[in-house]
Amino acid sequence: MKHSYIIDDADKKRFLLDREALVSASVLQDEMAKVFAKCWIYVGHSSELKTANDFVTRKVVGRPVIFNRDMRGEFHCFLNTCRHRGAVVCTEPEGSRRSFRCVYHGWAYRNDGALGIIPGEEAYKGELDKSALGLKRPARFESYRDFWFLNLDAGAPDLRDYLGRATDYIDLVLDQSPSGKMEIVAGAQEYDISANWKLMVENSVDDYHLPSTHATWLNYMENSGVKIDRPTEGRVLPTKGLAVDLGNGHFTTDNINFRGRPVAAWIPIYGEAAKPEMEAIRRELVQRLGPERAKRVADTNRNLVVFPNLVINDGSSVTVRTFFPDGPAKMHVTAWALGPVEESEAARARRLDAFLTFYGPGGFATPDDVEALELVQQGLANWQDDRWTEMSRGMGREGDQLNSDEHHLRIFWRRWSQMMEAA
Amino acid sequence: MAETVSRAEVEDLLYREAALLDEWRLEEWLGLLTDDAAYYVPPNDHPEGDHRTTLFILADDIVRIRERVKRLMSPECHAEYPHSRTRRLISNVRIVGRDGDLVTVAANFICNRFRRYERVREYAGAYRYILRRESGELRIKERRVIIDAHELGSLGAVSFIL
Repeated sequence: MKHSYIIDDADKKRFLLDREALVSASVLQDEMAKVFAKCWIYVGHSSELKTANDFVTRKVVGRPVIFNRDMRGEFHCFLNTCRHRGAVVCTEPEGSRRSFRCVYHGWAYRNDGALGIIPGEEAYKGELDKSALGLKRPARFESYRDFWFLNLDAGAPDLRDYLGRATDYIDLVLDQSPSGKMEIVAGAQEYDISANWKLMVENSVDDYHLPSTHATWLNYMENSGVKIDRPTEGRVLPTKGLAVDLGNGHFTTDNINFRGRPVAAWIPIYGEAAKPEMEAIRRELVQRLGPERAKRVADTNRNLVVFPNLVINDGSSVTVRTFFPDGPAKMHVTAWALGPVEESEAARARRLDAFLTFYGPGGFATPDDVEALELVQQGLANWQDDRWTEMSRGMGREGDQLNSDEHHLRIFWRRWSQMMEAA
Repeated sequence: MAETVSRAEVEDLLYREAALLDEWRLEEWLGLLTDDAAYYVPPNDHPEGDHRTTLFILADDIVRIRERVKRLMSPECHAEYPHSRTRRLISNVRIVGRDGDLVTVAANFICNRFRRYERVREYAGAYRYILRRESGELRIKERRVIIDAHELGSLGAVSFIL
């Protein structure tokens, strides 16, 4: 680590980012050790494992893992690697299994990780300590309200402390459900973007880009009968929205909704037939949460970043999105839809349809985000001759920081920079 | 009435559609669809899913198909401006079902897409069509595009009509 990658000048109200942070392989190597190996990293959601013995496999921080429940229903995360010679022991994406058997030499592990059968065990003459050869686990594995995270650092603070005030906003999302339980819907969107992973963090909360990047989505909304007010009072967006610092590098936007929400903010796209049910959903919210909190749930939207790489977008629908670097100029994104467990079939269908109006690789907005990030990465090939990214927007503003300012982007970069500069 | 539809007639329709899509003549392409048409791309991990219970990549009714075409023809559709170049090869065309005036068709496809100067992205998979004859012409009531890849991965997006 040489110098700081940011110039953060409170007096001159300038914030600049060294573009090397977005192109360099050595920066990536550093951040794998100093950021990804120190932070709580999202693995999966309890609802993906409905019953005992269920499992899914995926890559988390480049590591193949098994996220599963054992015979008693306990949740686990294992490194998907045979203790013998290293092969992946579970090759299926999801399913139900009591044991995982390596195809190479046949070592088999129970779904609580314990090593069971070793073919030809007598060759070890009793000197192999099988109890020490169960599937390895990440150093830490904890959950908050069904969201499971791993931490590769045994000395990390507890997940609850790490999340801090981010839980306020996770709770707000989960208040959509009468039981406080939401579930991941079947169907994952997994795609690559040829851009540095940190550009996705920025993009997920940067509302400044909405009018220019998503002009065709705004047209679609207007054509569909959504009233898009002209921005006033110096804003670039139709309604007011804030950028909120949640501590520990977490942050969120907190916006007055204008775009329709499956939880109780009707727009014509949902159809006349949806009105009575959506009114009933709103009544239930008011009854359960009181009018003020109900309004927060139904009539505000938010994009939350849990540092470093979990995004919960609670906007046109709810999406849980995580992404990992695959080289300095490429990332792999996985996105899911999240919905209340007790949702009716019609409400679920509406939620999924609303998701596709904006989000995902076939949505009316996400492909243009991807394009924008890839154009940034392409432009960054000039980084040695045009070194600094300008990120000062809003620094001179007194009071509230808007969602279209860059306050929240600076929060990310300050936290990232602090971790990267640590010994 | 569906009994009168031949594979040759289906192939003519599919090849014509492929040409219109490859040439970005999307307004004309809309003319091949019925007024109740739907267009689906299921997620890679649940290709047999139902869009009402499964998160799809894309699930459009005719209203959204028309809006999608508006978007795709706009210079502000950044993901497809300038338009990517596509070339689709369609084969193994089979009529797999006939029900009243509806014909179900299965076909395989490869769609090569070139975006600016990047390497080719090869989308491979199966088409499932439901066709209906309307005033003498065979029209598309539903098109479902099942991508073979386990994930979109390096294919990135389905930002064009696949």
